[in-house]
Amino acid sequence: MVDDLRASFIDSLVRLGSVVRFLIRMLVNLPRALPRWDLIAQQIYNSGALSLVIIMLSGLFVGMVLGLQGYQLLQRFGSEDALGTAAAIGLVKELGPVVTALLFAGRAGSALASELGLMRATDQISAMEMMAVDPIVRVCVPRFLGGVIAMPLLSAIFCMIGIYGAQLVGVQMMGVDSGSFWSQMRASVGMADINEGIVKSCIFGVACSLIAVYEGYHATPTAEGVGQATTRTVVTSAVVILFLDYLLTAAFL
Amino acid sequence: MALAPTVKPLNQAAAIVDIRNLDYAVGGRPVFAGLDLEIPRGGVTAVMGPSGTGKTTLLRLITGQVTADAGSMRVAGVDLRAVRRADLYLLRRRMGMLFQNGALLTDLSVFENVAFPLREHTDLPERLIRALVLMKLQAVGLRGAADLMPSELSGGMSRRVALARAIVMDPEILIYDEPFVGLDPISLGVILRLIRRLNDALGISSIVVSHDVKEISTVADQVILLSGGKVVAHGTPAELKINPSDVVRQFVGGLSDGPVPFHYPAPDYFGELLAAGEDH
Repeated sequence: MVDDLRASFIDSLVRLGSVVRFLIRMLVNLPRALPRWDLIAQQIYNSGALSLVIIMLSGLFVGMVLGLQGYQLLQRFGSEDALGTAAAIGLVKELGPVVTALLFAGRAGSALASELGLMRATDQISAMEMMAVDPIVRVCVPRFLGGVIAMPLLSAIFCMIGIYGAQLVGVQMMGVDSGSFWSQMRASVGMADINEGIVKSCIFGVACSLIAVYEGYHATPTAEGVGQATTRTVVTSAVVILFLDYLLTAAFL
Repeated sequence: MALAPTVKPLNQAAAIVDIRNLDYAVGGRPVFAGLDLEIPRGGVTAVMGPSGTGKTTLLRLITGQVTADAGSMRVAGVDLRAVRRADLYLLRRRMGMLFQNGALLTDLSVFENVAFPLREHTDLPERLIRALVLMKLQAVGLRGAADLMPSELSGGMSRRVALARAIVMDPEILIYDEPFVGLDPISLGVILRLIRRLNDALGISSIVVSHDVKEISTVADQVILLSGGKVVAHGTPAELKINPSDVVRQFVGGLSDGPVPFHYPAPDYFGELLAAGEDH
């Protein structure tokens, strides 16, 4: 039992080292990949624009739930006017970055991993190497950057739609005063709160994209291997996002 | 039974691939031990042998995808055991490789697949790229398929597009990994003729890894037969047909039993059956 745990711990450390080495390899190749803005733009579209519907729908429903729950709680203390502040703070600092990252891992992360895994399984990566084209520059870095850039943008959209959802339930349905909702939000939510959300979503973007590209690029070139890489991407991303969220929240306190 | 390879001495300077005393193991299991092999410049050389004998591994060694554990390995004059990554990529620009399944980039059209190496390695104007790509597609008979996506191609067409992509940079060496697998007789005939025609027209060295004895014998200038990680025969297809060694006769004749046994090693058959009956 202890031996198993020790072996598992050592395996995890080795894997972490491999991921860090892969990240360094991508960063070293960044100057060669950056001029290929067309490839990066394509990946921002793939990871970002194609995730918009799920992000907007989820943001709306999360915001509506916040409006409902927040209203129920705040009215007990006669503070329902603070609903705007509660919803905005919750969304901008916490729910926006975290839920966006979880959804990103499920949609864009899994798509990235399976795409790269299939490229490996069908010899497309080997073919690039044989054509003297470095797949790290041509394939991995643009996908990594696409995810890193898309994540904060998606998070911002999630927060905006979420606040609209909270307003829809709180103001339109529950009758909270519209002026109080917006003015209290503007008075209480500062740049520090927004910065916290931006920093979190940027770091989640790096983590999710790195995990997806790493897992896909190193997938065993079989149908089973690609499936495992995709599953590992989603599971690892979810755990890492929540762990990083705790660390970042503690750091910002 | 010890088999004396019938390797003919070749002119060292003429060899495009020169392998001396090469060792290579995977996971501690030796694939090659003391392999000596020469592939002459120009002409079509077929590398054949039973499954699992290391043919594809040999291609991976020749293309620098894996590195030998010991020995000497020179391809087009470049020592692959001491080559830096940048120099390996320069060498690969002088090579073309046709993968078993074509390995076309699935998000690019046929035209863009063939144009891919040109766009990556040159600053040629678009008009010239277009002309070059159309010429290569015309050479493989698929100029009319330039706008199709890889998912719209048959297996034979995919391989022809991949062949056009492999020759678009005018390589010195063209490597084919099992080019006939899963092809219908028409596509197979087309690929066979293309191997010969491209080799002669471009003046390149072609290396073809294949199981298909009859087919490849019609276009190969010489055949290297590998078995057990060694070269067991080397010569023209005609010479191979009259080679008296058991391994060559089994492989060329397609015999089910011989030096490569039909049965995987197992305990005595009747003993095992009787033991099973007693247990029951």
